[in-house]
Amino acid sequence: MIYLLLYLEFVKVGLFCVGGGYASMPLIQAAVVEGNHWLSLSEFVDIFTISQMTPGPIGINAATFAGMKVAGPGGAILATLGFVTPSLILCIIVAKLFFKYGDIGPIRGLLNGLRPAVIALICSAGLGFIILSLWNEEALPARPLENLDPIGIIMLIATFIAVRLKVSVIKLLAGSGACGLILGMLGKFF
Amino acid sequence: MSEEELARMRRDTPHFFWELFKSTFLISAFTVGGGFVIIPLLRAKYVDEYGWLDDKETLNLVSIAQSMPGVVACNSAIMLGYRMAGLAGTLTTLLATILPPLITISIISCFYDLFAHNEYVRYALKGMQCGATAIIINVAYDLLKKQLKKKLALPMAIIAGTFVANYCFGINIMLLVVLDGLIGLAFMRGAKYN
Repeated sequence: MIYLLLYLEFVKVGLFCVGGGYASMPLIQAAVVEGNHWLSLSEFVDIFTISQMTPGPIGINAATFAGMKVAGPGGAILATLGFVTPSLILCIIVAKLFFKYGDIGPIRGLLNGLRPAVIALICSAGLGFIILSLWNEEALPARPLENLDPIGIIMLIATFIAVRLKVSVIKLLAGSGACGLILGMLGKFF
Repeated sequence: MSEEELARMRRDTPHFFWELFKSTFLISAFTVGGGFVIIPLLRAKYVDEYGWLDDKETLNLVSIAQSMPGVVACNSAIMLGYRMAGLAGTLTTLLATILPPLITISIISCFYDLFAHNEYVRYALKGMQCGATAIIINVAYDLLKKQLKKKLALPMAIIAGTFVANYCFGINIMLLVVLDGLIGLAFMRGAKYN
């Protein structure tokens, strides 16, 4: 039962994710964190982080990881298959149309509407990630100023500057992992 | 390339499907950084090294693959595989694209479960969470800036409306996406929205 649910959730993710790996993040989050409470937001952000540092397409990595955490190896396989099922069907239909007519007509309108929607969802996910970084909570706590995590503030500013300076994703994540470890240990000992 | 040329190409390449599987599998297994890094490598393999596809056709197919729902690397593999050898080609390239992450990530996820609660690993993960946050904020910022530059009212209204509905009112994401897709179907078929 969990397998079928997992497969169907990822069919939805695959169907509505337009615009590459980052676009799939808010949808996977909605499916596994908010929709079914299979994972916490913190676990989900870990998945997203690790997916970017390992070889392979980010979306597939994240689907595999989430499926594995929810229901083991079978879950990993079904989540991944669910994710690519809509792609497989739609891409073959569109490839046929393209070879026949050279254009894909009304489908373009649909996709043009989905693209801004995905931008909004990425913004919304980003806001959730900021709250997690600064407060270690999924939602804004009751007394925001007192509960701020100082390590989170320093790290967030530093990493954002690094991103704007176009440091590569791998270097950035490896570096921020090392800084987090050092700051965490300093915080423990002083 | 014409159908006859493609058929001849498949006949002339010994173990065509195995070669196709092997080259795609290796690219997917060792390329870090997602679809936008994988696609140029696939192109280099199929077009430059093997001559299985011509350049213009590949560019066309990849540009469609990027606008389709799903993972860009998989979509490209599906469409290029279909062009080279029909349904069998598609299944070969798709399987070769998803198998490596399936194997790698399954192994990594076991390590994650073992070490995620270790205090020091948590510190490092906390740091990486901030890094991931900065990356996604930057992606959102770049996308918004690009969209603003186009000065189109409807996409901006969709962005604002979807954000408020999802973040402030917690309305189901799938519902919002379907609604926005329908708006696009009805009002956004013009070339300026592409």
